[in-house]
Amino acid sequence: MIRFDGAVLRNGGFSLRADLTVLGPGICAIVGPSGAGKSTLLLALAGFASIGAGRLMIGEQDVTALPPAQRPVSVLFQDHNLFAHLDVAANVSLGLRPDLRLNAAQKSRVQQVLQHTGLQGLSARKPAMLSGGQQQRVAIARALLRDRPVLLLDEAFGALGPGLRREMLTLVRTVAVEQNLTVLMVTHEPEDARAIADHVLFVAQGQVHPPLPTAEFFAAPPRAVADYLGLD
Amino acid sequence: MKVTGWVGIAAGLLILLSCAAAISALIGASGGAISVSGADFSAIRFTLLQAALSALGSLLIAVPLARALARRRFRGRDLLVTAMGAPFLLPVLVAVLGLLAIWGRNGVLSALMESVGAERLNIYGLTGVVLAHLFFNIPLVTRLLLQGWATIPPEHLRLGQQLGFGPVERFRLIEMPMLRTVLPGAGLLVFLLCISSFAIALTLGGGPRATTLELAIYQAIRFEFDLPRAGTLAMIQTGLCLIVAAVTMLIARPGEARAGMIHPDPFSPPEGRVLDGVVIASVAMFLSGPVLAVILRGAPALLELPYGVVEAAIRSILVALSSAILTVGVGMALSIGLVRMAELRPRLARVFEAAMLLVLVISPFVLATGWFILLRGHVDPFAIALPMVVTINALMALPFALRAFVPAVAMARRTDGRLADMLGLTGYTRLRHVLLPHMRGPAAFAAGLAAALSMGDLGVIALFGSTTTATLPLVMYQLMGAYRMEAAAGAALLLLLLSFGMFAVIDRLGKSHDPV
Repeated sequence: MIRFDGAVLRNGGFSLRADLTVLGPGICAIVGPSGAGKSTLLLALAGFASIGAGRLMIGEQDVTALPPAQRPVSVLFQDHNLFAHLDVAANVSLGLRPDLRLNAAQKSRVQQVLQHTGLQGLSARKPAMLSGGQQQRVAIARALLRDRPVLLLDEAFGALGPGLRREMLTLVRTVAVEQNLTVLMVTHEPEDARAIADHVLFVAQGQVHPPLPTAEFFAAPPRAVADYLGLD
Repeated sequence: MKVTGWVGIAAGLLILLSCAAAISALIGASGGAISVSGADFSAIRFTLLQAALSALGSLLIAVPLARALARRRFRGRDLLVTAMGAPFLLPVLVAVLGLLAIWGRNGVLSALMESVGAERLNIYGLTGVVLAHLFFNIPLVTRLLLQGWATIPPEHLRLGQQLGFGPVERFRLIEMPMLRTVLPGAGLLVFLLCISSFAIALTLGGGPRATTLELAIYQAIRFEFDLPRAGTLAMIQTGLCLIVAAVTMLIARPGEARAGMIHPDPFSPPEGRVLDGVVIASVAMFLSGPVLAVILRGAPALLELPYGVVEAAIRSILVALSSAILTVGVGMALSIGLVRMAELRPRLARVFEAAMLLVLVISPFVLATGWFILLRGHVDPFAIALPMVVTINALMALPFALRAFVPAVAMARRTDGRLADMLGLTGYTRLRHVLLPHMRGPAAFAAGLAAALSMGDLGVIALFGSTTTATLPLVMYQLMGAYRMEAAAGAALLLLLLSFGMFAVIDRLGKSHDPV
């Protein structure tokens, strides 16, 4: 469960009001016009944007003032999730130890996770030698290894084609169910939300609206959502 | 445009040919056989040693400085970063006088040392040459590195925070890979600049143990009139520059330019805050001290400058304006030629452009020596000293002009060019309405740059100048040589004001009209 209590999120000169609860585990899609603050919401959850007022709870823990590394959160960005000079195995291993000194047990866990995300045989490749989909798989593998209950996707598959995007969403769905994750994903495609989300959350005009069940969100959208979706 | 383009190509060919002529004259003068004396060897050794130390020192200081500036935000930071561009326009001699005012035998630091019972400093020789090169190149490298830091994706910094990177991991995994791509090119660039810097070696070096190749060429011509030796040394100097330039070009990978260069709100780790502050403050003091010293010492003398200084200043302004006009004229015609050539024969255009850049690596001093040998029998080189200075100063500024002009010409042809084709605009009308509006900004910038560089240059004029042709930097050098430090400081302040003033005024001309 994620709860924003009368929170004001700040990112540069921008501020966003949030007062809502996202129930977990499950997948919650975040939609809204560009510039509305969707990414700010994720950045605040991960600890990269400050919370000016109110507080943020993840589970039973108040994380308002916690530094990023101590939050129960992993993030996938659209780009630059990997370090170009490290191979796949090392990029994944960073999830266990930033200094990359893994023991034998940890090394075999890395191999397991690579196997699990369909990256077997690629552990010695550099990111430049991978496709866009494979690169995001590596980032997912690292998130799995970190084993944090909340996973944030900041338009993580926005640069992929429709087929590959669906494949990655399916992988996220599988992983989320297996690991009991709470997933928040920013997306520009309402169909992504339809495909895998349990809830949808709308962000517009500096305000985060409380999440609605996906079917309800699309069947009887509030006025602002209908305008955004282009429905009459 | 067609005619202008051909004129430009012709001018480019003329430049290539006259450089080739200078080189062949030097080969002729050296007698073909290269006989290198012990003194020449020590000149080569000193040239390489001081350049290597200067390059290494610049990198060692610029890395922590750029890192501190990249991750800290404080009042005056942007001003400081902008000011790091100023040494490019600062006349070398002004900086030397300023450095002596701080670090010299009669400088501020020596006085401090003496008051605590220590020896006064003596920076003449290797120390002084390297110190002056650090003064000019730390800011240059810092600016290059700041661009490097701006290419680090913010996502990587955030990932580092999330994954719990400490300072060691952050350096090893995020900063080190960027430095590996930026540092070699930056170091070689400084090395190249230091190999062929003349005025610093002239004023702070000298003697058998601190003579650079350029200084040795100068002495061979000016004092010994030993043309074979000058030719040999010039060949060695050119060979060195070409090798270093070629290596630089080979390893330099064009960096990935990212939008939003400076992150307004960077990740600013709490640790190392004090160290960053100390680095920024001490380098800022090292760089601003000499300039402040020149201003403070020069101001009282400014009102009673000797007549010779005023006369030289007027001469220098004329030289600077002439070379600015020459740079812009040749640069514009050449850019039009290059852009048209790139449309018709892209391969040939690339070869031509590379040849132009390579030629400009040849030190101005070497070119002047070659031309001097060529012209010797026909005209009195001392009589044509000023035209020679104008030409060579214009050549020095040409690469910067081309860098500003070529994209502007290409842009003009891509956008308004098609419209003009459709309307059938040709000749002068087309030049005026299609091209010039796009060129006003870049032309004013290049002219300002050329004027300021020419204003402050003490190179070729030291070879061929006499009392009737002395420019302001040469007169200032003579005053320093005669230990007339008050008058020299006044001349230095005047030179400083004129260099920056000319750049500011001319560059502004390009902005006073409606932007394109």
